[in-house]
Amino acid sequence: MANGKSSFLDNLGKIYLMYTGGFILFVIALGFGEKMGMSNAAIGYTYMGITIGLYALIGISSRTAKVSEYYVAGRSVPALFNGMATGSDWMSAASFIGMAGTIFGLGYDGLAYVMGWTGGYVLLAVFLGPYLRKFGQYTIPDFLGARYGGSAARTIGIIAAIIASFTYLIAQVTGVGIIMSRFLGIDFQIGVFVGLAGILVCSMLGGMKAVTWTQVAQYIILILAYLVPVTVMSYNTTGIPVSEVMYGQVLQKIDAKEKAINADPKEIEVMGLWKVESEKIAADMKDVPAALAAKNQALEDKLAALPVDAPAADREAIQKSIAALPKNPTEATEKWKAAKAAADGKSKPIKPYLEPFARLDMLNMLALTFCLMVGTAGLPHILMRYYTVPSVKQARISVGWSLFFIFLLYFTAPAYAAFARNEVLSNVVGLPIASLPAWMANWAKVGLVSFKDLNADGILQFYELTIGADAIVLATPEIAGLPYVVSGLVAAGGLAAALSTADGLLLTISNSLSHDLYYKMINPNASILKRLTISRVLLVVVALISAYVATFKLTIIVELVAWAFSIAAASFFPALVMGIWDKRANKAGALTGMWLGFSMCLFYMIGSRFYGLNWFGVKTISSGLFGIPLGFITIYIVSRLTAPPSHELQEFVESVRIPRGSAQTHAE
Amino acid sequence: MKELQEVSKETRNLYWKKNIRLTIFTMVIWFIVTYVCAFFVKELNNIVILGFPFGYYMAAQGSLIVFVWLIFNYAFKMNKYDKEFGVEEEEEK
Repeated sequence: MANGKSSFLDNLGKIYLMYTGGFILFVIALGFGEKMGMSNAAIGYTYMGITIGLYALIGISSRTAKVSEYYVAGRSVPALFNGMATGSDWMSAASFIGMAGTIFGLGYDGLAYVMGWTGGYVLLAVFLGPYLRKFGQYTIPDFLGARYGGSAARTIGIIAAIIASFTYLIAQVTGVGIIMSRFLGIDFQIGVFVGLAGILVCSMLGGMKAVTWTQVAQYIILILAYLVPVTVMSYNTTGIPVSEVMYGQVLQKIDAKEKAINADPKEIEVMGLWKVESEKIAADMKDVPAALAAKNQALEDKLAALPVDAPAADREAIQKSIAALPKNPTEATEKWKAAKAAADGKSKPIKPYLEPFARLDMLNMLALTFCLMVGTAGLPHILMRYYTVPSVKQARISVGWSLFFIFLLYFTAPAYAAFARNEVLSNVVGLPIASLPAWMANWAKVGLVSFKDLNADGILQFYELTIGADAIVLATPEIAGLPYVVSGLVAAGGLAAALSTADGLLLTISNSLSHDLYYKMINPNASILKRLTISRVLLVVVALISAYVATFKLTIIVELVAWAFSIAAASFFPALVMGIWDKRANKAGALTGMWLGFSMCLFYMIGSRFYGLNWFGVKTISSGLFGIPLGFITIYIVSRLTAPPSHELQEFVESVRIPRGSAQTHAE
Repeated sequence: MKELQEVSKETRNLYWKKNIRLTIFTMVIWFIVTYVCAFFVKELNNIVILGFPFGYYMAAQGSLIVFVWLIFNYAFKMNKYDKEFGVEEEEEK
C-alpha cells in the first residue's frame, strides 16, 4: 500500500495530464456524437454520468483508515496540486455561473467581487497560511484551542465555522440541484439528492485525501468549461481568440452603443413607461393591505366573469396570477419595494458600463471589497487546505498557485461580461421581437431571460429586456453559435464548481463536530476507528440536513452566503492573525474579541437588513466593516489589561513563526 | 519545540524583522493596487490602453496580476530568508 501511494504521488503530473487529455477526447467524441444525431438529453446525461462517475472513482480509490489521511490528506499534497484543489474548493457555483453576470449588471462596481475574492489570498499568504502549516494540526478550531488555551476559544471557533460553512453549503447544494434539473430535465428535489450522492461518494470513504484528488479533477473540468466558450466568442467578435486581452476593444463599442441607446426616442419612450409603472407601485405602497386586497379582488372578479365555455387555459392563467400574488402585506412590501427599485432603474438613461461608482457608491464598493478579502482569508474550508501540504515552504508557494488557478477564471470573468453585453447591445436590442435569436427563447423558457414589448412597436428596446445574472455564462455557448456539446460542458463545469466547494464545506463542518467537539472535548480517548466512524456518520447527517434545507429553495440563502464572508472575517480573522502576530494576545482578549467582532457583525447585519439601521450608508453585505476592526482592537486592548499568556504559549508563538521543526507535525 | 533551542533568539528576531519588512512591503503594494487605484479610478480612466481605461483595467485584471506576483514574490523571498537565517525545515521526506 505504501508503495502504491508513493507511485501515485510521484506520477501526479502524468496522471492528471492523461486525465485532461482523456477528458478533451471525450468532449470531442461527444461532439461527433452530436453531429451523428445524438440528442441534447443524451449528451446531458452522458456528461453528468461520466463526470460524476469519474469523481466517484477517485473518491472510492482514495479511501483510507488513517486519521492523518482522512483529515489532512497525509500532508502529502504538493504545492501545485494543492493550488488546484484550493481553486475548485474556493470557486463555487456562484463564481462559475454568477460572477460574469454580476459584472454584466453592475459594470465597474461589480469588480468589487473580482478584487475581493482574489486579494484575500494576499492576506492569507502573508498573515496565516505558512504559520498554520507550521502549527500543523487538523482544523482551525485546533489552532484557536492551542493558542488561546482551552475549550472556550475552540467552541467559538466551532460555532463560527459551522455558521459560515453551513449557509454556504446549502447554496452549493441548491446550485447542484438547479444545474441537474436544468440540464437533465429532472425534478429539482431529485437533482439535489442525486448531487448529494455525488458529494458523499467523494468525501465519505477518503475524507480530505479523497476530496483533494477529486477537487483537482474538478478544477480541470471547470476551467476548461469556463475558458472554451468565451475564447470562441472572442475569436468570432475580434478575430483573435484571447478574450482577456481583446475585450478592451469591446468596452469602447459598449460605451458608444449605450450613448446611442440613451438618445434613441423609442428608448426614451420605454423609460417613460417605466416611470409610470414606478408611480403605480408607489401608489400601491401607500396602503399595502388595501392595494393587495384590491388586486386579489380584481382577479377574482375577472375569474368569476369568465364565461362558462371559456378555454381552460384562460382560467388557469388567472388562477396562476392569483397564486402569484404576495401572501401577506409584509411579503407584498418586500416584493413591491424591489419591483419599484427595478422600475426606477429602468426609467432613467443607462448608466455607462465603465463609469465607476454608478451603482454602488465608493464607500460601499471599497467596503465590500475589503470584507470579501478578509472573509476569504478567514474561511475555514480554505485555511484547512494549507494543512495538507508537506512543508511550510510548500505552503507559501501553494498560496501562490491557489491564486494563480483562481485568477485564470476571475481574470476572464470581466471578458465574459463585456462580450455578452456587447452582443446584447449590438445584436439583440433593436431587433424586431418576432425575429429574436433562438438562445433568448431557450433561456426565456426557464425564466433567466425575459422581454416584453412595452411600447408595442414590435421592436425590442434595451429596457424591455431583463437578463438574469446566471444567463451570461450559461448562454454564451449558444450566443457564440457553438454546438450543444459545449453547453453541456459548461453545465458539467458548473456542476464541478458546486460539487467541489460542497465537498470542502461538508468536510469542514463534519470535522468541526467529530474532531473538535467529539474527540477534543467530549471523548479524548476515542479510538481511531471510532473517530473515523463518527466523522463519516456526521458527514452523511450534515449532508442530508443541507439537502433537506435546500429543497425549500429559500430566497434568503443567496444573501446569507454573502453574509458568511463578513461573519468569517469578523470572528476568525482577527483572532487567528493576532494569535500569530501578537505574542501578548491572550485568552481573555481573544474570547472577548471574537465574541464582540462576531456580535457586532451580526448586529449590523440584522439591524440594517430588517430594521433600517444605517451607519454611514454601509450596506448589509459589508457588515464586517465594523466587526473586523472591533475584533482587532478588542483583542489588543483586553489582552493588555489582563495577564500575559504563559511562557509555554509564548514559546508556542515563537515556534510557529519559524519553519524549522515542521516535520514533527508530519506524522500522526 | 526543540527548534527554539536550535536557533538563537537573536537570529529568530532578525529573521522575524526581515519577515515584517517583507510583509509591510507586500501589504503596501496590495493596498495601492486595490484601494488607491479604486479611489483615483476616474482620473486613471483618462489613460486608455488597447481600449481599456486604466482605472477599470486595474480593478478587472491589473490588480489580480499584481496579487499573484506578490504572493510568489513573498514565497520565494521567505524561502530564501529561511536558509539565510538557518531556520529552514529539515529535509522533506
